[in-house]
Amino acid sequence: MFPAEQTCCGQLHLNSGYRDDAAALARRFVEVFGEYDAIVSPSSSCVGTVRELYPQLVPEAARVGARVFELSELLVNELGVDDVGAYFPHRVTYHPTCHSLRVTRVGDAPLRLLRKVRGLELVELPAADECCGFGGTFAVKNADTSIAMLADKCASIVSTGASVCSAVDGSCLLHIGGGLERQGTEVRALHLAEILASTEDA
Amino acid sequence: MTDFPAAARVELANGQLRANLHHATQTIRAKRAGVVAELPDWEELREAGRGIKADVLARLDEYLVQFESAAQAAGAQVHWARDAAEANAIVVEVARDHGVSEVVKMKSLTTDEIHLNDALAAAGISALETDFAELILQLDGDWSSHILVPAIHRNRTEIRDLFARTIADGPLTDDPSELAEAARVYLREKFLGARMGVSGANFGVAETGTICIVESEGNGRMCTTLPPVLVSILGIEKLVPSFADLEVFLQLLPRSSTGERMNPYTSLWTGVTPGDGPQEMHIVLLDAGRTRVLADEVGRVALHCIRCSACLNVCPVYTRTGGHAYGSVYPGPIGAILTPQLIGVDQAPSLPYASTLCGACYEVCPVKIDIPAVLLHLRSKVVEHKGATPERLAMRAMGWVFGSARRLRFAQRLGRVAQRPLVRGGSIRRLPGPLAGWTQGRTMRPVARESFRRWWSRRP
Amino acid sequence: MVEPAAMSTAREEILGRVRDALEGSTAPEPVVRAYRRAGDGDRSQAVELLCDRLVDYKAEVRRVAESDLPAAIAEVCAARSVSRLGVPDGLPHEWRPASIEIVEDTGLTSRELDGLDGVVTACTLAIAETGTLVLAAGPGEGRRALTLVPDLHICVVKESQIVDGVPAAFDHLGPVAQRPLTLVSGPSATSDIELSRVEGVHGPRQLVVLVASTG
Repeated sequence: MFPAEQTCCGQLHLNSGYRDDAAALARRFVEVFGEYDAIVSPSSSCVGTVRELYPQLVPEAARVGARVFELSELLVNELGVDDVGAYFPHRVTYHPTCHSLRVTRVGDAPLRLLRKVRGLELVELPAADECCGFGGTFAVKNADTSIAMLADKCASIVSTGASVCSAVDGSCLLHIGGGLERQGTEVRALHLAEILASTEDA
Repeated sequence: MTDFPAAARVELANGQLRANLHHATQTIRAKRAGVVAELPDWEELREAGRGIKADVLARLDEYLVQFESAAQAAGAQVHWARDAAEANAIVVEVARDHGVSEVVKMKSLTTDEIHLNDALAAAGISALETDFAELILQLDGDWSSHILVPAIHRNRTEIRDLFARTIADGPLTDDPSELAEAARVYLREKFLGARMGVSGANFGVAETGTICIVESEGNGRMCTTLPPVLVSILGIEKLVPSFADLEVFLQLLPRSSTGERMNPYTSLWTGVTPGDGPQEMHIVLLDAGRTRVLADEVGRVALHCIRCSACLNVCPVYTRTGGHAYGSVYPGPIGAILTPQLIGVDQAPSLPYASTLCGACYEVCPVKIDIPAVLLHLRSKVVEHKGATPERLAMRAMGWVFGSARRLRFAQRLGRVAQRPLVRGGSIRRLPGPLAGWTQGRTMRPVARESFRRWWSRRP
Repeated sequence: MVEPAAMSTAREEILGRVRDALEGSTAPEPVVRAYRRAGDGDRSQAVELLCDRLVDYKAEVRRVAESDLPAAIAEVCAARSVSRLGVPDGLPHEWRPASIEIVEDTGLTSRELDGLDGVVTACTLAIAETGTLVLAAGPGEGRRALTLVPDLHICVVKESQIVDGVPAAFDHLGPVAQRPLTLVSGPSATSDIELSRVEGVHGPRQLVVLVASTG
């Protein structure tokens, strides 16, 4: 199901200090998603916001929060699936985003999915657990520091010789992809879901 | 008032600083990880440390009174200082009473915070910094950029040149042991003749009136043992309830701080001991904003900090900008939550934003301070304080758009039209207005031609 | 001096601020102390671990029978051309080597301490896991300055004085909590220059530990 009434979880508001606006969006989230048994999202930081931070804003969100899963978590930990039959003949490195690592704690679920993708060569990313420098409005408010962090992350990615860098947060990927493109590299930033959706015929 | 983004820009341009910082923080991180992994009960120790500190704050008035009477019973004179000026005046008066014109000091963030050295200088008293790094900074008129390794931003060649200009009595190489020897020779004379010592404190024990100091070089032992008069200044949050509580912190602190199982020297003393050490002992209990922090039930966890600096070494922001960008005695993630609370968020509104909220600091904190949570809390206070700003308006507008799916669909359509003049070859290379920072080092992917929502609704 | 009236005002005001700040706060949960108090108590393992940890932090370690202490101390001194060795009140006479000039610390001045080549002391206990010697100003341990100013510290640890970890040490130290305590873990050191460790700054640059067996 895709409840058409859904919009944004309000992470941007909460992380920037606008608690009231975030609380309004949290209440909206509870209304829109309250009746579902499992809620899946491709963004680990949004999952982290809903599951870990919403309860501080609106106590009734705790009940819904416990049923929210990041995509790889749902597949591997909840459904016990690590092979989705995907085919992706490329050298791929994986960046564990900070929220997936320390807030949502998806563990090695994304890596287990990637290892089962046919044709895919997974290469380890040096200094993988270092933040890429996105940080929401940090990327704009502290652009110089953000870009310095991004430069190091891009250098690590390029050093692996991978043609694709994957992650489970669209916002970090937007940032990393933008950095890789600006530096003139051919490396693409792709969401885990985009790789898992690739098949031999497509 | 600190403007972190602007200060960071200056520091980031210093390639030497970036290289020094990277080397130093990586080295110390690896050491910490190694010795923390040796303890099977690290998490239990962290939890005990957190719990003890929470208890201290919850009953701080009782513990302060208990500490005072225990220390007095052991022969110490206890003073109370509401602010920096009051604390500094107490130290000046003690020095004047003894006709002292030079005091030997050990490294103390608390005395840096209250600018004690300046206050002493204004009274005609010189304060000699005896910690190796602090000596380097003092000789060069520089200031600390790291809690544990204050001169982390200086390399050996710079130090050699500085010593050759100032304290060395012969030629020097840049060999660290030779540089340390030069400092030893210079300071030994000072220690032997010192008439008054000044220190901070790592812990004060309420039960016994004991002060505890951890260090590596032995300069702290010199300052607190050889002079006949000693003044120790401690922030009121530095107390622990019982002597046995130190068994927790003396495991947490060295491993988190220097990455050692135990630092070379830990000194504990209580008041005055006849025939051993200073025969006149003063203790200054300092508020200077701490009760203001205590009044904030969310923010007060910042007072749990035991100044180990582990959060600095893992912070992706600190490890690139260094400490000076924070414009405060307490840099890095802990500084970003402590400084705005000590001096008021209106005085340091950019510090709570000097973080990507990556959470690495919380993971290593030996007393489990949830720094990201406090950063969020302080950001909301900054927003409250600033009132109506263009950002406030934009956030409201976005909140309104996200308040209905229909409005969001409309906004996406609008975005697709508005971005047309900006898109070149499939990406946006320059954004206007406050978003220009993004395209400074990144391209932007345009809004997709078709939204997920549209694609989903027209699936067969 | 600062006016007593002002002092008491500051005291009352700070305590008042603390009470105001805490007004209405919820009491914290009781402290959970689930960390290890003591290891398995295997004495020989603790001795091995202590020696290993001391060496790791650049102390020189020798294991000797208690009856051989005078010879061992004489050897350590001879190897370093030490001719004047300070000793604290209460250091057992049977430990003292005959071949070296012994200087009793009868309240020596700082400069007199600086004139000693080294010092030999006992200790109160040693912590294996951290490689730490604990001096508690007891008989034979000396006052703090005695083990600080001379450049060589020879410290005797009896095997029976070794405890596994920090909590076990604090179990013993409670009764002497208000004496001056010094925990020594290796010679003085600094890592202030580019994080490279230099042994020996202000405290004794050489720490020699004699681990004595009584058996």
